[in-house]
Amino acid sequence: MYAAEFDYHKASSVAEAIQMLGQYPDAKLLAGGHSLLPMLKMRLANPTALIDIGGISELKGITVNDGTVTIGALTTHQEIAASQDIQNACMVVAEAAEGIGDPQVRNRGTIGGNVVHSDPASDWPTVLTALNARFVIQGPGGITHRATRTVNASDFFKGLFETDLKENEVLTAIEVPRLNSNQLAEYAKMAHPASFYAVVGASVVITVENDRCTAASIAVGGMVPNPIRASSVESALVGQQLNAESVRAAADLVANDLSGSLMGDFYASADYRKAMAAVETRHALMHAIGLAHH
Amino acid sequence: MTSRIFGSGIRRREDPRLITGQATYTDDIKLQHMAYAAIKRSPHAHARIRSVDTSAALSAPGVVAVYTGADTDGVLNPIPCAWVVPDSDVKTVPHPAIAKDVVRYVGDAVAVVVAESRYQAEDAIDLINVDYETLPAVVNPEAAMQDGAPQLHEDAPNNQAFHWVASGGDTDAAFSSAEVVVRETIIQQKLIPNAIEPRSAVATWLSATGELTLWSSSQNPHICRFVTFLVTGVPEHKIRVIAPEVGGGFGSKTPIYADEMIACFCSMRLGRPVKWTETRSENYQATIHGRDHVEYVELAATREGKITGLRTKVYAAMGAYLSTAATGIPTILHGLIYAGTYDIPNVKADIYGVFTTTTPVDLYRGAGRPEATFLLERLVNLLADELGLDPVEVRRRNLIPKFEDGHDVAMGITYDSGDYELTLDMALEHVNYQQLREEQARLRESNQYMGIGVTCYCEICGLGPSQVAHAVGFGAGLWESATIRFHPTGTVNIFVGTSPHGQGEETTFAQILSDELGVAVDDIEVIHGDTDTTPQGWGTYGSRTTAVGGVAVALAARKIRDKGKALAAHLLEAAEADIEYEDGKFFVRGSPDQSKTIQDIALMANLAYDMPEGMEPGLEASAFYDPPNFTYPFGTHVAVVMVDPENGHIELRSYLAVDDCGPQINPVIVAGQVHGGVVQGAGQALWEGAVYDDNGQLLTGSMMDYALPRAHMLPDIETLSTVTPSPHNPLGVKGIGETGTIASTITIYNAVLDALKPLGVTHLDMPLTSEKVWRAIHQRG
Repeated sequence: MYAAEFDYHKASSVAEAIQMLGQYPDAKLLAGGHSLLPMLKMRLANPTALIDIGGISELKGITVNDGTVTIGALTTHQEIAASQDIQNACMVVAEAAEGIGDPQVRNRGTIGGNVVHSDPASDWPTVLTALNARFVIQGPGGITHRATRTVNASDFFKGLFETDLKENEVLTAIEVPRLNSNQLAEYAKMAHPASFYAVVGASVVITVENDRCTAASIAVGGMVPNPIRASSVESALVGQQLNAESVRAAADLVANDLSGSLMGDFYASADYRKAMAAVETRHALMHAIGLAHH
Repeated sequence: MTSRIFGSGIRRREDPRLITGQATYTDDIKLQHMAYAAIKRSPHAHARIRSVDTSAALSAPGVVAVYTGADTDGVLNPIPCAWVVPDSDVKTVPHPAIAKDVVRYVGDAVAVVVAESRYQAEDAIDLINVDYETLPAVVNPEAAMQDGAPQLHEDAPNNQAFHWVASGGDTDAAFSSAEVVVRETIIQQKLIPNAIEPRSAVATWLSATGELTLWSSSQNPHICRFVTFLVTGVPEHKIRVIAPEVGGGFGSKTPIYADEMIACFCSMRLGRPVKWTETRSENYQATIHGRDHVEYVELAATREGKITGLRTKVYAAMGAYLSTAATGIPTILHGLIYAGTYDIPNVKADIYGVFTTTTPVDLYRGAGRPEATFLLERLVNLLADELGLDPVEVRRRNLIPKFEDGHDVAMGITYDSGDYELTLDMALEHVNYQQLREEQARLRESNQYMGIGVTCYCEICGLGPSQVAHAVGFGAGLWESATIRFHPTGTVNIFVGTSPHGQGEETTFAQILSDELGVAVDDIEVIHGDTDTTPQGWGTYGSRTTAVGGVAVALAARKIRDKGKALAAHLLEAAEADIEYEDGKFFVRGSPDQSKTIQDIALMANLAYDMPEGMEPGLEASAFYDPPNFTYPFGTHVAVVMVDPENGHIELRSYLAVDDCGPQINPVIVAGQVHGGVVQGAGQALWEGAVYDDNGQLLTGSMMDYALPRAHMLPDIETLSTVTPSPHNPLGVKGIGETGTIASTITIYNAVLDALKPLGVTHLDMPLTSEKVWRAIHQRG
C-alpha cells in the first residue's frame, strides 16, 4: 500500500488551483484524500502530481440563505452532520453525513471530494440527486465559456466515476434547496458490512399537502453507475394519500425505473439489489411519513 | 492456597503502554544502515515462470539488490512443515522461499527488492518483469482431488497432501443398524485471520561473529529460531529471535513464513540490517488463512434420540504448500474431539488434506475444533428436527455425566474433567429458555422470525504432553518453562518460554507468582519473546500459555519457596522442618513473630554473607513443565437472532457464553478472551469469507470487501462460568483463548436456521449474508 512517486503542490486559492491544473497536466486535486489516497496506494491511480486544495478557506463552510443551503466543497462529512444550520434546513443531509463510513472517514472526508469521485456506492450522489442539489463549478474561463457555472445533480453525475467536471475545473460548492415545512425527506441504505458503502440506497423528498402527496423526488443508487430518478414511483405517489399500502404499491414500481445495466457482485447480485431497491425505497418513504416501526 | 490476587480481575498490566502508543512493534525497530525489502508476488494462482527480468529494477533509484529464486535456490533450504501426522502418507512437498519454476497461489514470492527506502523498494517491484505461462487453478479442495484437476506438485498425485483416518468403536455397524440417520454437507469457508498488526521482520547478520538476529512478529520465537536454523543453516546458538510487541496473531503468527527467511537471506548477502513489513493487501494474500473444508457428515441415532455413531468424510484444503502446523489441524485438533460433550460409542473421521492454488491454510483461532463443534452441533439439531424433539432435549439425552478425574472417549483420548449439564442448566435458566420458545411461537404468528441456538461444546487445548506431541507427528516439544529471578531488593523478573501477544499473561503470570510467594504484582515483571533472555519454550497458541506455561511459573515459585525455607531456617536458627510459609513470610511454627519475609530472603541470598553451608547464593529457580494431558474446557452458549424475511438481514439479539475453564486467575481477562472469541466466531457465521474466483484470484482482497465484525454489529455478550478444576495440572486451569470461537459460529448458525425453520429452510452456506438468507426464503435458487 505504497503510492508511486508524485509531485506535491499546495494551492492557496481556487484561482491558483485552476492555474496549477493547467500547469501540471495529469495532476489530481487533493481534498480530504479519502477517495484519492486509497486509489494511489493501490496504484489504481498514478498521477504525476497532487495539488493540495485542503488549505483553501473559501472552499469551506456552510451558509444558509433564504431558500438555499450552500455547502463548501471542502466541508467534511462530520461538519455537515454536526451543523445546526443543516439540521434545521435540511435534516436528511445531516443524517446522510452521519451514516458515512466511520468517525475517521467523516472527520477527514469532504463532500466535494466524495461527489467528484462519483462512486456509485457513495451516499451523497443519491441524496443530492433526490434533493435536486446544484453544483457550483469554477474554471479558467475563456472565450466560449464562463469561469463559473452551476450544474443540476441530474446532469452532474454522468456515470461510473464520471462527472460533468471538465478539464481544469474545480467544484467549489454544493447548493441544496432548503426544505419547506410540508416537505419530508429521508435516506435509507443497505450498507455493505465491510465498507458501509451503499449496496442499495434510496433517497426520497416528498411534499405533502392536506394529507396528500403533491410532489415527489426519489433517487436510488448503489446498483447503478450513477443515481437514477425513480419517476415511476414519483408519479405513483403524487395525488395519493400516504399510507402503508400506497407507499408499498408505489415503491414496488422502482423496478420499472431500473432499466439498463444493474451492477452486482459476489456479495449482492444485481437481482437482489433490484429487489432491495423497492425495500429501501419503501423504508425511506415510511420513515419520511413517520410510519416506520423501527 | 490463601488466594488473594489469584482470581482477582485486576487491570491488564500490558494495556497502558499499548493504549498510549509506547509499545515497540517489529516495524518500530530502526537500525543503523538498515535497508528495506519489498517482495514481488505472483499475480497468478498457478503459473510456470519462464523468466524474471530484474534489470530495470536493479537500476532504479535507491535499489541495493534484487534477488530471485535463482539466488535463494540451494542457499535457503525449503520452508519446512513442522507437523507431519503419522500413518497418513503426508506429502511434504518442497516449499522454496522464493519460487523459481512454478508459482502456486496469488501471493507466492517471485523476487525481493532491497532498497534504501520502503518507497523505493515498492517502486522497483513494479519494474521487475516476470514472464509467466499461466496454468489452470483449482480452489475447491474436493474438486482438486477429482480426475483431471490441475496438479500442483509432482509428488502429490491428485493433489492429495495426506489421508488420515481415525476411528473408535464400530462406526459402520452403528450406521447399518441405525434407526435414524441424518446427513449434512458443510462448507467451512476459508477465513482470513486479520491480526491488527501485519507481519514484520527485521534481520541483521554480523559476518564477524556469524550471528543472526531476527525481530519477528512471532507467537513462538523459539520455534522460529529452530526453523531459521533449518532454513538458513546458521546454528541455533548463533541465532537470536526477538518477538517484541506482537499485535495479535490468532494463530497466523505461529507459522514460519518464507518472508522472514527472505529477510534473513538479504541481510546475510548484504551485511546490512533488512526490514520487511507486509501491507494489508499482502497480509490477505501471503499470511495463512484458516478453515476451508468441504465436509460430508452423518449421525446415527435411535428413535429415542440416543446418538450411536458419527462419521465424516472431509476434504481439508492445505492451500499451495504445507504451512508449519497444517496437517495437524483437520486431524488431531479436529477428529479427536468429534464426540464433544456426548457419549458417542462409534466415531470415525476420514480426512483428506488437499493442495489447492490458494494461500496456505494453518492455525486460526480454534483451529480444527470450531469445525468439529460445528458439524456435531449441526447434526444434533438436524436429529432433533428429524425426531420432532427440542434440540436441547436431544443434547440432554446424550451428555456425558459429570466426571472429575478422567473420561475415556471412543477416539482414544481422555477428557480431564467435565460437568456439562451444569453449564447447560445455568445457560438455559439465565436466558429463560422456555420463555424464549414461547416468545418465538408468538412472534411466528405475526410472521416475525426469531431463532434460538444452543451449543454444548468441549474442546481439546493446552497443548500438550510432549510424548503425545511426538506420537502425533508434531516436530517440537510441548512443555513450558519459567525462570524466576529475585533481585536483591526483592523485586522479581519471570522469564518465560511462552510468548503472549494479547492474552494478558504479563498480568496473570504475575498473579500466579504473587500468590505463590507473597510478592506484590507491581514488584514483578514478566519477560518473554527473546530467545537470548528467556528459557526454551514453545510459544503461545492452542490455549496453552496459562495451562502449561502458567504451571511452570507456579512450579518454579515452589522451588524458590523451598530454598527460602532452608535459608529462613538458617537465619532464624530453627530446624527447616519447623519453618512454615504463609503469604510471603517464613516463620517458626508456633512463633509467627520469628519470621523472615521473602524480601529478607532475597536480600540475604543475593548478599550471601550468611548462608547455610553448601547453599548456593542467589534466589533463582527454573521449572520445566510437561503436562500429563491436554485440558478440555467446556460450556454452553446460547444465541438469539431475529431474521427479517423482507431483506434477509440477521440481527444478533443476544449472546450468552457459559464457560468452564477451571479456576480463573483473572476473570476479567477470561471474559475478554471469551468476548473476542465469540466475536470472531460470529464473524465466520455472518460476515467473513475469503472468496476466490475460478482463476484463483482473491476477490475479498481488502477490508473493503472482507467484512470483519465491528462493535455496532454485535449485542452485549454475556458471560457466566462454572468451575471444574482440571485434575491434570497443579493449578487446575484450562485454556480459554479459543472457546468463544469454537462455540459461537455454530451457535449463531443454528439460531438462524432455527428462525428459518417455519419457512422450510434447512441449509445455508456461511457466511449467512442477507442475500443468501433472502434467496433461501424466497426460493430463488
